[in-house]
Amino acid sequence: MSRKDWPLFEIFLRSRNGLNHKHVGSLHAADADMAIENARDAYTRRGEAVSIWAVPSSAIVASDPSDKDAYFEPLAEKVYRHPTHYDIPDEVKNI
Amino acid sequence: MYTQGLDIPKGDKSIPVAAHNSPEDLRFQARIDVDEKIEPRDWMPAAYRKTLIRQISQHAHSEVIGMQPEGNWITRAPTLRRKSILLAKVQDEAGHGLYLYSAAETLGISRDELVEQLLSGAAKYSSIFNYPTPTWADMGAIGWLVDGAAIMNQVPICRCSYGPYARAMVRVCKEESFHQRQGYEIMIALSRGTPEQKAMAQDALNRWWWPSLMMFGPSDKESLHSAQSMKWNIKRVSNDDLRQKFVDVTVPQAEFLGLTLPDADLKWNAETGHYDFGEIDWSELQNVIAGNGPCNKQRIKTRREAHENGAWVREAANVYADKQRARKAAAAA
Repeated sequence: MSRKDWPLFEIFLRSRNGLNHKHVGSLHAADADMAIENARDAYTRRGEAVSIWAVPSSAIVASDPSDKDAYFEPLAEKVYRHPTHYDIPDEVKNI
Repeated sequence: MYTQGLDIPKGDKSIPVAAHNSPEDLRFQARIDVDEKIEPRDWMPAAYRKTLIRQISQHAHSEVIGMQPEGNWITRAPTLRRKSILLAKVQDEAGHGLYLYSAAETLGISRDELVEQLLSGAAKYSSIFNYPTPTWADMGAIGWLVDGAAIMNQVPICRCSYGPYARAMVRVCKEESFHQRQGYEIMIALSRGTPEQKAMAQDALNRWWWPSLMMFGPSDKESLHSAQSMKWNIKRVSNDDLRQKFVDVTVPQAEFLGLTLPDADLKWNAETGHYDFGEIDWSELQNVIAGNGPCNKQRIKTRREAHENGAWVREAANVYADKQRARKAAAAA
């Protein structure tokens, strides 16, 4: 057996409490425990994290990049979803 | 380090330099031209993919092989502080190799293939790691010059068009700064020490100066693939421009140490605002890249042995993981 049997994990770090976990990269490991240990050595050598998530890469479901326009472009036209779309006279305060 | 990976010798046809005129190619180039990043699942020309795999994997291999010249001194570092620093630096290099292998894998090549390419000698790594490290001063010269040249090379890659490579480089560059500073600190200590220590620092500088300049790859006149790589925003500054920048910042640092750079032609040129320097011995670079440097064979042999000697650990980890899975499944049943 060689490393080719080791699955790929995506690694997410929370840099401090109050912030989201953020994707930082990936690594191979024999199992989830080893993924966490290796992530500590590979991605947190300078105190970058207070918490690590390791997610099997095969478990991630992603949108298709070729659908990007059809998926996300209509939202660019919906300017009324942003507060700056509305004209409020200057004399009206606190709004 | 390692724009050397983008400089493909004339006659090497492994990466096609075809005309890129299909609608997909034009759309792709338009995205690059407005500085958009390319992500793993986006469409990309086959040659772009191939060039990146080659460049990123050579970069990763360089980090992995780069552990050896310094690993040589971990047990003999002069103080506990220096030993801790050197250990941390070598561990960083392993880490950089891992970031980069992961980035290369997003392009559809497996880790096993990458490792195999290194061990079989099919893949190249930076020429600089084929030089020996006979004295402690080499640890100073490597940090100062080799890591300094690496930073100069790597900072522009943080803005390269391929997202995973650019992100890996941001991480690497943050960490490399410590590498260079610790090396320069070693050089300060030696150059302020006894005459013997200062002579040792000068000797290391004499041996590492020219190989460091060669790290930037062949001159722009000879570099076959630079133009395409520049067009794709993989490479953003030319070899000669980076090399000049490196010389310009390093000369005053050598003066501060009271050491002499081993180049009789080196002098300030007030007209250009840069230092002029002597011609590099390109035959030496070609010779080292061709596998005939002082340590090429030893480096690969050491790497192969490390891989073979670690086989039982990889197997044991697999057996353990299988056992844990079986136990969990039994407990759940």
